[in-house]
Order: sequence, then structure tokens, then C-alpha cells
Amino acid sequence: MTTENSSLNPRGKDVLIEVKGLQKHFKNSTVKALDGVDTTIKRGDVVVVIGPSGSGKSTFLRCLNLLEVPSGGHIWFEGKDITDKKNDINKMRQKMGMVFQSFNLFPHKSVKENIMMAPVKLGVMKKDEATERTKQLLDRVGLPDKIDAYPGNLSGGQKQRVAIVRALAMNPDVMLFDEPTSALDPEMIGEVLDVMKKLAREGMTMVVVTHEMGFAKEVGTRVIFMDSGKILEENTPQEFFGNPQNERLRSFLSKVL
Amino acid sequence: MTEWFNDLKAQFILNFINEGRWKYLLNGLGITLEITFFALLLGISIGVVIAIIRSSYDNTVETMDSGLGHTILKLLNAISKVYLTVIRGTPVVVQLLIMYYIIFATSNNKIFVAVLAFGINSGAYVAEIVRSGIMSIDKGQMEAGRSLGFNYVQAMAFIIIPQAIKNVLPALANEFITLLKETSVSGYIALQDLTKGGYIIIGRTYSAFMPLIAVALIYLILVMFFTWLVGKLERRLRSNDH
Ligand SMILES: Nc1ncnc2c1ncn2[C@@H]1O[C@H](COP(=O)(O)OP(=O)(O)OP(=O)(O)O)[C@@H](O)[C@H]1O
Ligand SMILES: [Mg+2]
Repeated sequence: MTTENSSLNPRGKDVLIEVKGLQKHFKNSTVKALDGVDTTIKRGDVVVVIGPSGSGKSTFLRCLNLLEVPSGGHIWFEGKDITDKKNDINKMRQKMGMVFQSFNLFPHKSVKENIMMAPVKLGVMKKDEATERTKQLLDRVGLPDKIDAYPGNLSGGQKQRVAIVRALAMNPDVMLFDEPTSALDPEMIGEVLDVMKKLAREGMTMVVVTHEMGFAKEVGTRVIFMDSGKILEENTPQEFFGNPQNERLRSFLSKVL
Repeated sequence: MTEWFNDLKAQFILNFINEGRWKYLLNGLGITLEITFFALLLGISIGVVIAIIRSSYDNTVETMDSGLGHTILKLLNAISKVYLTVIRGTPVVVQLLIMYYIIFATSNNKIFVAVLAFGINSGAYVAEIVRSGIMSIDKGQMEAGRSLGFNYVQAMAFIIIPQAIKNVLPALANEFITLLKETSVSGYIALQDLTKGGYIIIGRTYSAFMPLIAVALIYLILVMFFTWLVGKLERRLRSNDH
């Protein structure tokens, strides 16, 4: 039995996500998007993933909640193998929030409905409870007055903050971010990063693909450098930026810093 | 001038007032609306289901690995394709006659037969309209829904279909108007719909002008009314986003 394998992890309960030998080969592509990725994400970790375009960062993140189906390897989330079809992926996704570069808010629903839809329809919360939580969360991201607005009437930064709240409303154990500020006008990046930093400081486990090195340095507990579908370096922010070992990481950092 | 007017008046009285002949039109209108309404419901139900089958198949044909689910989807997709080809490749009158004289030869519930025939016919057109609507929705919408924990059917029902329908509302409205007009062949199975009502009056009065113009006018007013209604609905939906 490899599905319930918390005994396999020496750090026991602390481990939230365990990735082993992860491979992804898109059918219509000749290169391997992921070529043997191993890593461990513990509760409270803020893992920042950086790397050049096409290096597999998004693919890696999207494999974590099975939006992409891995071609090989395993991912255990809270001790359960998500690649095992016997495990209910929908149930597991309820505990993994995801924030997209292009927000993906539901345009036909108000902010409130966007946020409450999943908790209520999936039976995680009663309607009153969800309303209460929606208000609380919107307060926390500074958007209490937008509760009845429609996504079309929000700025990019506001949309992304609502998207973060929508994911948080399910009380996830981990939040996955795929370049959450890349589609934003420069003046709006700060407001979204502030929300994410607050979340990190409150102890939320996060995996963040981003080009914002400041975020990595400020709240990251670990930084991962990916290239050609592989993790080439993985270290604390201090070591990662202060003392990079890998040659390609050094040349990458010299270009972006 | 007055002679012409008096003649018109006499014609009117002959065709509509005498023996309460206007009732043929009114009752016929009722039947037309009844058939159209239920056929519409049936057509939308069939259309949405077929559209979901077809677009699910198109979306997963490359990524899904062979398993029971895929085999079932493949089969449903094949059945849907046959349905679309047959229904869109044959005249609705012929479908109606086949339904009445062959499939339901023993039933004499003509309205039921007509609703079934027109609903099944309309479903084929609705399916293609809704499918184009589903295809027009950004794939990030499905991903966002799935990432929250919705299963495929829930994401379709709560997120994709409402947006898809909204996007194709004008095309659906056109299909509805086409359906309303197409029910005018119901007379082929001796149903007394609006058109047939006018036809019966002609048979009694031996004058075609007034009854036919009246029938045409009623259809026209209905179509204009529904066009206006859909426009209003569309504006209300649109004001919700952007
Ligand atoms: N749906 C897909 N079909 C085929 N190939 C894909 C698909 N998605 C990604 N790829 C390929 O997989 C590789 C990794 O892509 P991925 O999107 O993970 O990179 P990334 O690091 O997120 O890049 P970026 O910084 O541009 O977002 C690339 O070569 C890309 O072309
Ligand atoms: Mg990417």
C-alpha cells in the first residue's frame, strides 16, 4: 500500500505535500515539461518557485492539485496519493486553494456569490456561516464595500484579492499561486503582494510561482529554482540569493535582480 | 371608397364574427403556444445534455486515458452525432409524420406527439448553439471551479452552462422563433393549431384573404413580442457583468 503512507515520511505530521519523481510529458510536445521533480512541503512553508519561461513552474504547480495529470511519479497530499484514482480528488482539492494569473473569477456571479458558492454548494458551510466568513475575509483584504459588486466592475488588483478570498473561503490547508501579480498593472502589484505576505505571516502554507524576488526574500521560507523541468536549486532565501550554487541560477539571478 | 370599406367589413364579419369563427384562431393560437412552449423545454433539455456530451468529449479526447468513463463518453458522443445528423438532415414535417404514423401509431394524443417531434427536432439545433457557447468560455473558468473542489458536472452546471447560455441567448431566441413558426405544420397530423384554424375558416367561408392575413399577423405579432422580450432579458443579464 502506497496510498496511506504517513509512516513513509520521517517528519510525520509536519509534511503536507510530498513529491517524488514527478514527470509530465504533454502529448503534443517533444520536451518533458517536468523531468523528475522531488520536493517536500511542510505545514507553514512558504515555497517560492522561480525560473525562466517554459521551465515547468506552472506545470509543477498545476500537478499539485491534479489540474495537470502527471505522466509519472507520485504526489502525496496529507498522506494520500493524489495520483491514485481511488482517492477522491475533488475532496482533496477542497483543501488546496489555487490563485491564477488571470484571476478566473466567475463573471456571472457577484463577489459574494463567487466567494460563497463553493463552501455552500459543497456543503462545507451553512449559508449564514459562509456569509459571515465572506464579510470577514473581504474585510481582511480591504474590500468590504465590494461584496455586491460584479467582477467586471473591479480593477485587476481587486479581482485578484477577491480570487484569493474565494480560495480562502474553503479553509484550505495550502494555497497555490501561479504568477498572481503578472497580469496586473504595476501600481496594483503591491496591494496583492501585501495580502499574500499577511497570509504567509499568519502561517498559511503557500507555494508561489512568481517573478517578485522581494516577496521571496521577505516571507519565503524556501526558494526553488526550476529549469528544463527540473529543480536545480532549493534553499533558504538567504542562501539562495546570497550564495547561489548552480551556474544557471547565477546567470538567471544576474539577469532578473 | 365607402363601398370598398363596406366590402371589407362584410368580409370581416363573415370570416371572424359569424358562427364565432374567431374561436378557430384563438383556440389554434392556444395550441400553437402550448406545443411551442413544451417543445422548447424539451428541446433545451435535450440540447444542453447533447452539448455537454459533445464538448466534454472534444475536451478530453486527447488527455483522458482509456477507461470505462472514456468508453461511455465515446459511445454517448457517437449516439449524439447520429442524432444530430438524422434530425438536421430530414425535414421536420417528415419527422412529425413518422412520429405520428409510425412511432406513436397507437396513441391519439396529438399534442404529445407534436411536442415530442418538435422538441426532438429543436434539440438538435439547440445542441449546436449551446456547444458553441460552451466552447466560447475560457478554460480558466472550469479550472477555477475544479480547483475549488467542484466535480466536472457541478462546474458545468454552476459555472460553465449559465455563462454559455447567456452568450448564446440571441441564437437561442432565434431558434425559439423558428420553432414557433415551424409548428405551423402541425395540421399535417390534424392538429388544430393557429395555421390550421385559419385553414378551417377558409373551408367554411370560401374566402382566403382575411383568414390568412389574420394568421400571418398573429404570428408576426408573437414573433415581435418575443423578440422584444428576449432583448429586454438580454439587457438585464448584460448589466450584471462588465
Ligand atoms: N497544455 C500544454 N500542452 C503542451 N505543452 C505544454 C502545455 N503546457 C505547457 N506546455 C509546455 O511545457 C513546458 C513547461 O511549461 P510551463 O507552462 O510549466 O512553464 P512555466 O515555467 O510556467 O513558464 P512561464 O514562466 O512562461 O509561465 C513548456 O515547454 C511548455 O511549452
Ligand atoms: Mg507559467
